[in-house]
Amino acid sequence: MMEQATGGYRGVWRRLRRNPMGMIGLAMLVTAIGVALLAPWLSPYDPNAIIRVTILDIYQSPSPAHWLGTDDAGRDVLTNFLYGARVSLTVGFFASFIAVSIGGLLGLSAGFLGGRTEGVLMRFTDIMLVIPDLPLAVVIVALTKPSLTNIILVIGLLGWTGTARLVRAQTMSVKQRKFVLRARAVGAGNRYIMHRHIFPLVLPLMVVNTVLVISLAILNESTLSFLGLGDPATLSWGQMLNYAFTRGAMSAGAWWALIPPGFGIVWVVLACTLLGQGLEQALNPRLLTHHLAADRTLTSHRRLQPAPTSEGATPGNR
Amino acid sequence: MILCIRVDESQLVHRSVYLANKIAWAAFTILFVIVLNFFLFRILPGDPARAGVRDPRLTAEAQAAIRTRFGLDKPVINCFTSLNPLEPGDCAVNPLDTQFFIYAGNLLRGEFGISYHTNRPVVEVLGERLWNTLLLIGAGQILAIVLGMALGILAAWKARTPVDYGALGFSLLAWSLPTFWLGIILLFWGSTYLGLPVGGKSTPGINYANTWEELVDLARHLFLPSLTYTIVFLGEYMLIMRSSLVDVLAEDYILTAKAKGLNHFQILKDHALKNAMLPMVTIIALNLGFTVAGAVQIESVFSWPGLGGAIYEAVNRRDYPMLQGAFLLLAVSVIVANLIAELLYGYLDPRVGVE
Amino acid sequence: MPHAILDRPPLLEVSHLDVDYVDPPHPPAAALRGITFTLQRGEALGIVGESGCGKSTLMLTLLRLLPAAGRIVAGSVRLDGVELLDLDARAMAALRWKRIAMIFQGAMNALNPVRTVGEQIAEAIRRHEDVTNRRALDRRVSELLDLVGIAASRREQYPFQYSGGMRQRAMIAMALACSPDIVIADEPTTALDVMIQAQILQLLADLRRQLQLSILLVTHDLGIVAELCDRVLVMYGGVMAEYADADTIYNGAAHPYTQALLQAFPDPTQPAQKLAAIPGAPPRLTDLPPGCRFTPRCPHVFARCHTAQPPLYAVTPAHQASCFRAETTSGGAHA
Ligand SMILES: Nc1ncnc2c1ncn2[C@@H]1O[C@H](COP(=O)(O)OP(=O)(O)OP(=O)(O)O)[C@@H](O)[C@H]1O
Ligand SMILES: [Mg+2]
Repeated sequence: MMEQATGGYRGVWRRLRRNPMGMIGLAMLVTAIGVALLAPWLSPYDPNAIIRVTILDIYQSPSPAHWLGTDDAGRDVLTNFLYGARVSLTVGFFASFIAVSIGGLLGLSAGFLGGRTEGVLMRFTDIMLVIPDLPLAVVIVALTKPSLTNIILVIGLLGWTGTARLVRAQTMSVKQRKFVLRARAVGAGNRYIMHRHIFPLVLPLMVVNTVLVISLAILNESTLSFLGLGDPATLSWGQMLNYAFTRGAMSAGAWWALIPPGFGIVWVVLACTLLGQGLEQALNPRLLTHHLAADRTLTSHRRLQPAPTSEGATPGNR
Repeated sequence: MILCIRVDESQLVHRSVYLANKIAWAAFTILFVIVLNFFLFRILPGDPARAGVRDPRLTAEAQAAIRTRFGLDKPVINCFTSLNPLEPGDCAVNPLDTQFFIYAGNLLRGEFGISYHTNRPVVEVLGERLWNTLLLIGAGQILAIVLGMALGILAAWKARTPVDYGALGFSLLAWSLPTFWLGIILLFWGSTYLGLPVGGKSTPGINYANTWEELVDLARHLFLPSLTYTIVFLGEYMLIMRSSLVDVLAEDYILTAKAKGLNHFQILKDHALKNAMLPMVTIIALNLGFTVAGAVQIESVFSWPGLGGAIYEAVNRRDYPMLQGAFLLLAVSVIVANLIAELLYGYLDPRVGVE
Repeated sequence: MPHAILDRPPLLEVSHLDVDYVDPPHPPAAALRGITFTLQRGEALGIVGESGCGKSTLMLTLLRLLPAAGRIVAGSVRLDGVELLDLDARAMAALRWKRIAMIFQGAMNALNPVRTVGEQIAEAIRRHEDVTNRRALDRRVSELLDLVGIAASRREQYPFQYSGGMRQRAMIAMALACSPDIVIADEPTTALDVMIQAQILQLLADLRRQLQLSILLVTHDLGIVAELCDRVLVMYGGVMAEYADADTIYNGAAHPYTQALLQAFPDPTQPAQKLAAIPGAPPRLTDLPPGCRFTPRCPHVFARCHTAQPPLYAVTPAHQASCFRAETTSGGAHA
């Protein structure tokens, strides 16, 4: 079983490597992680240095000294931008880890145990699914101290519903497979079946889902920060946009304070989205079977006479 | 209309059961939100009632009024005098004499409290703003659904051709754009190059000569926010429409339709669209939460006087009654809209409630 | 009877048909090779073979309804002398259902779940005939439903309100809507229970006589063929194994595959048994054995069988088999 699973993963990787969307996404994500890790070496300035600013330093347009200009406090936008990648990715990874763990656990239990447990868990999931996430997150963060930990917790604790539904559906379908039924018939216990048979087949789906949840978490973090609920101690891309937007970048025409942070968010979110799509296609490659597409290929070059087969097996007497 | 379906009587019984079920479930969810809304504000540090008693913006009489209205001298609920800090209390008190039931009673009477910032009843403020939000979401949502479906149909029909790949690329990009950032960029562009207003719903201090002028002014204010909204949701609806239509087009009954000699247009119109619409309705319903999230961001950027904007302002002004009220109203709107979508689904699919 | 039929010009003439399924990085799969047969007016031809031997592919090719991966690489399909494979898309669409209608394999999903059965039948009539009057159209639909034994009042119902057998009847009514010359029935009775199967087949037999239909009947089931068909085409792995009238097939099969089928299925008057007893598995199209495709399972293999796919040999003028053992009894290859 494990053997088979690794072979399966290798197959997925082979298909992913041939999938342009997935590979572009992966490359973009690796770049972003690289930038986040290397921020101290890449940045021209120290983001925490105390600087003296005059009115002339505020919203300076791009120059050799400040490639992306300066912001409302006279700080270097490029430096903030590079360090901002750390915040976004941290929130993305940790929050999605929490969300996928909760959603995975609930989905697996609901799908595997069935019956009452499933009913209750899925009803709860349905309720959480209808309650709008963002306003709820805003309310909770506004009522607590806005800190990076709180933001991660709130996004993680609210973002599991989609995963739960997905994992439940997959668990239920795996549960019906022959080898699981057979394992049960020979008396394997619940834990054993879950561990050896079900989890390995649900895991790939959860990986794909994690990638997509990361992108949602990053979007949510930036939105909360933009709304003024970010951690004052760290400067995320959302917060850069909040400062720029509320402190006159628009009227100053300071596009350099508005474009780069948004570009960063789009870059990371798009990377995850592309990677997720690519992974999804690599996991279950599908032929296009739709009936209207068929008409595009039908009129091909057709020979009216039978093809001569090798060794003259078709004697041409009529 | 392709959407109209005849149902016979035996089915109507099943269908009314289906409807009753959905309505009961929505009611239960609303109840859950009300309870959540109460306890969230009691457990987390910023309780609007308790904060209000100390808020310097309110007069002494107003503070006293809050004290009695929220029953602050009473226990939060049976067994607990207070939840933050946690103080166990008497379990034998009359439940009606607790803060929770006073809160529930106030809600029933439509009392959401007084906004700290404006000193007006929250219901009144939200009542005005609800319509603005509906106007914005309505305009953006209709455009996004119509355009998204059209593009989705095109992409599905031309699946795996450059048209399809182009539409797919656009949708993925649109999906990845933070709504508020797209809003900022469009606002920057529109106000600089198109001379459009930078925010609000109308030009302040203007006296309209006639209704037409007023409408034009409204349209100029509505244009950028609803454009933002449309772009953000267009891609998503396109993707959903595309994938559900691609699935439908692979069904056997499409082959039957083709074998009957129908052309692509007839097949799409008479056989594919209605079936493809079903998942579309479900997903639009599931996405209503995102719709609201979009509204919060867009209204914040464009200072649009709606519910989402109310949340933003309430957060920045620490106006807790407003925040609590706006959240409750948004959540209830989503639940109701979701219910409507489910009823619509029941109407579209003749099989609903039968198996 | 078959001999008398043979002398008239055929209604449908299929010759040397080759079809591939392509899946780009992989080489194309040879789904059909050298399929050649004729169908006379009023004739019922049975197409028999194991699952995956290309029966549905052949039927879809006749209507040019192959899925996107399908390619007609060679051959010709003539209806009343007109080459169907050369028609433009519009002409082909105008001909579908009007001349050749099809009852699909698994009619469970062949009807649109969200439109009433009546609408779906009426639609076919409206497409091909100038019936605009609603009353007239309703009357036609009612007549058709009546013909297949469905109460006209159920016209307004949806497919999910029908039982499996009724859906198949509705499908037959739909196929007859434009009075086609040929009805293709692709395993019309799979997934139905035995009683219903018998009823549906009886219905087809009655309608055929009543309306003088030509029928192409695809099935796994030799019993059905014995009851309904004049001639039989046995297929194996995308090629013709044997082609002859029904009596000859049952009493003097020349191809070892046909013989095996008959042994696996001893009593052709007992329908509804599945062919399961032939040892070995049918060939995979992407991994064909060299030589005759039946060699891995054939009890009579000799050296030559591994060198080439045998052509169709005429055992008698009206009996062809693609087996080297048939060569000795015939004058040479037919094709
Ligand atoms: N869209 C497709 N792409 C690739 N291969 C296909 C496709 N459709 C069918 N095939 C292959 O072509 C072969 C013939 O399939 P076909 O459906 O014609 O068989 P059949 O005789 O109708 O079988 P059954 O009795 O199960 O209906 C099979 O090996 C099948 O795997
Ligand atoms: Mg078939």
